[in-house]
Amino acid sequence: MTSPVPTPSRPPERVPATGAGPSRPDPVLSLLRSGTGTVTVLLVLIFAVIATQNPSFFEGPPLMAFAKKVAPLVILAIGQYLVIVSGEFDLSVGSLVGAQVVIAARLIDGEEAMTFPVIGVMLLFGLLVGLVNGLVTTLLRVPSIITTLGTMLILFGAVRHWTGGAPTGALSEGFRVFGRHGLEGVPVLGQIPWALVIATVITAGAVLLMRSPYGRTLMATGDNDTAAAFSGVRVWRVRTLAFVGSSLAATVAAILIGGFAGVTAQVGEGLEFTAITAVVLGGVVLGGGRGTVVAAVLGALTVEALFTLFNQLYLPSTIQPTAQGLIIIAAVAYASRRGDLRLPERLRRRPDHPTEQPLDSPRR
Amino acid sequence: MRVPRVLLAGAASLTLVLTACTTDDPEGAPGAADGGQEGSLTPDAEWFDQAEFDTQLAQRDITPEGPEDEPWMQAIEPEWIDTSEFAIDDPEDATVCFSNASVSNPWRVTGFITMEQQVEELVEEGRIGDFRSSDAADDDNQQISDIQAFVDAGDCDAIIISPSTTATLTPAVETACESGVPVIVFDRGVNSDCMVTFIHPIGGYAYGADAADFLVENLDPGSTVLALRILPGVDVLEHRWAAAQQVFGESELEVLGFEFTEGDGAQIKDLVSQHLQRGDVDGIWMDAGDGAVAGLEAFEDAGRPYPVISGEDELSFMRKWDEEDLTAIAPVYSNFQWRTPVIAAGMILAGEEVPAEWVLPQEPIREDELDDYLERNSAMPSLHYAKFGGEDLPGFPEAWVDR
Repeated sequence: MTSPVPTPSRPPERVPATGAGPSRPDPVLSLLRSGTGTVTVLLVLIFAVIATQNPSFFEGPPLMAFAKKVAPLVILAIGQYLVIVSGEFDLSVGSLVGAQVVIAARLIDGEEAMTFPVIGVMLLFGLLVGLVNGLVTTLLRVPSIITTLGTMLILFGAVRHWTGGAPTGALSEGFRVFGRHGLEGVPVLGQIPWALVIATVITAGAVLLMRSPYGRTLMATGDNDTAAAFSGVRVWRVRTLAFVGSSLAATVAAILIGGFAGVTAQVGEGLEFTAITAVVLGGVVLGGGRGTVVAAVLGALTVEALFTLFNQLYLPSTIQPTAQGLIIIAAVAYASRRGDLRLPERLRRRPDHPTEQPLDSPRR
Repeated sequence: MRVPRVLLAGAASLTLVLTACTTDDPEGAPGAADGGQEGSLTPDAEWFDQAEFDTQLAQRDITPEGPEDEPWMQAIEPEWIDTSEFAIDDPEDATVCFSNASVSNPWRVTGFITMEQQVEELVEEGRIGDFRSSDAADDDNQQISDIQAFVDAGDCDAIIISPSTTATLTPAVETACESGVPVIVFDRGVNSDCMVTFIHPIGGYAYGADAADFLVENLDPGSTVLALRILPGVDVLEHRWAAAQQVFGESELEVLGFEFTEGDGAQIKDLVSQHLQRGDVDGIWMDAGDGAVAGLEAFEDAGRPYPVISGEDELSFMRKWDEEDLTAIAPVYSNFQWRTPVIAAGMILAGEEVPAEWVLPQEPIREDELDDYLERNSAMPSLHYAKFGGEDLPGFPEAWVDR
């Protein structure tokens, strides 16, 4: 069923150049060929259209307002990235954000002095949820999609039960500073939101983490956990830590979202899918092993920019999910056809290759 | 082989898009919404009934029958009907069954607590014996089987139904009627008149018009108004918007458009911020008060003056209104209506007359009443509704405070 006609989009595979591998040293081309290529193009495209609709969007304050809104999603996407790249899913983050905001409102109940103790409690709770997700998935061998679906329902139901359906209490002003306020009086920009600062720090931290030995192990685990286990990786520990990372990211996102808009009964609903969408749009492969943190962050920016664009175009809210779905499918399909999401030819696994056969049999 | 596959995928998606259009078109709603989003002021025919609109607006000015300090017992132009056929000898042993659509939002949570407290009082008085409730969690199929279960069990002496949707639940309500026990429907209606009484406040048109009238009165001609709506397609909410379109259409206000927010504070704040980036917003019309405070914060954070706003009688909004001295109104979808169905059940089982359609009063809270309502609800949580009407019930205030 293979076509004898070479596809124009992937000439290097068909024309083996002597000496120079399949990837050329051209930096522009290599950026475009990396996972971040398509999403960058899409993001620039969306920003360009926004600029034509609303030129004042890039004038500072509106851009900072956008940054404030997108920061929680960026952080959630980074958390989700850690889990997805290790070959798992975390569906519990939306419920966790909701639960954390409700817990914060109930425990703080408007008292300033409670702000930091409660943030401590929230981080501990996030840690606990991450540990449960991770250990149930790795040690009890429940598929993560089931584990985190369960956690999602448990948290949702527990919060409903605890609050009787309507959250009570109030967040303190001190708590809301992180999501709502920022460094005032900055020239041109007006205000640098704390949310932007926090998201930037976490992004930088995540980039460094992925370059550390842990990050490389995480990537290797997602690519092939059997191989990783044979090379001495404690797979359960690596993956559990990824779940903990995701839950802690959701906790930080909850602090920012609660700060941004206060407590409503609907907070956090559907965020897990927005976060997964962001990660996938960034070209991170479901199933693990490929993709970069920066791509996930760009994916988050793109998803939020898309919402902004729809709003600027006065697209009816009823049709927005449809448009969003089409754009996501188109972007990922385009990226995978261009080869963004493929391993370079030399690294691609070929199960039918004769020399790999002997390796397979002793394993079973 | 590869190129045809791409073509195939492309053709498939194209088909999908095209069929999506063709299935949507006959309903007429998306087409109308296209224009509506940018502020079209012609109400969608599917959701607008001129006669009903006029009736509801007129009902706002009619003095209801019944005790003035117990609005849940009042009725507007009631047509009293005889219920002696349902009278039973031992009401103190009667079982009243309640099929609830859900408690999925704070308004329903508040109402359900009030209902439970009312039940306790009625049980103490010996007007009913036992109260059973089921919660369908907004699932029509679940509610149909809940009602069927009540009918099959055969030990309900009266069935109260708060339908989750109108058309789908109609046959289930009719099944309950056929079982011979008295049926009471409240809040959303069904397309049948087999129940003994249908209890509801005046309705969505009156709500939307109260809010829109206030904006028209308090804004100068040419001012801009942004409408924030929860969801499309829910009749009580669509009626509010249809009435507002009608009122704004006859005014000189400029409606910037409407946005669906799902009542989510973060979305509301973001959407309002974006509108503020593009120009002035002088007034905010909301079809429900959820997240009104987040919308107001968008004005604070952008350093702009507060808009004239219509929220709801939810306390977070009313407290903000008081603190910031806003020009505002709280339209009310009377939460105290949750008391009436159980009281009606007691009346029917005692063979007393009830109105065939029990239209409860529905009056917005205006500035002169604000302090009074805040005072009465001072201990209540912020997502509580001021006109919950349970101040005289035995569990007040703990039942609502520690929910």
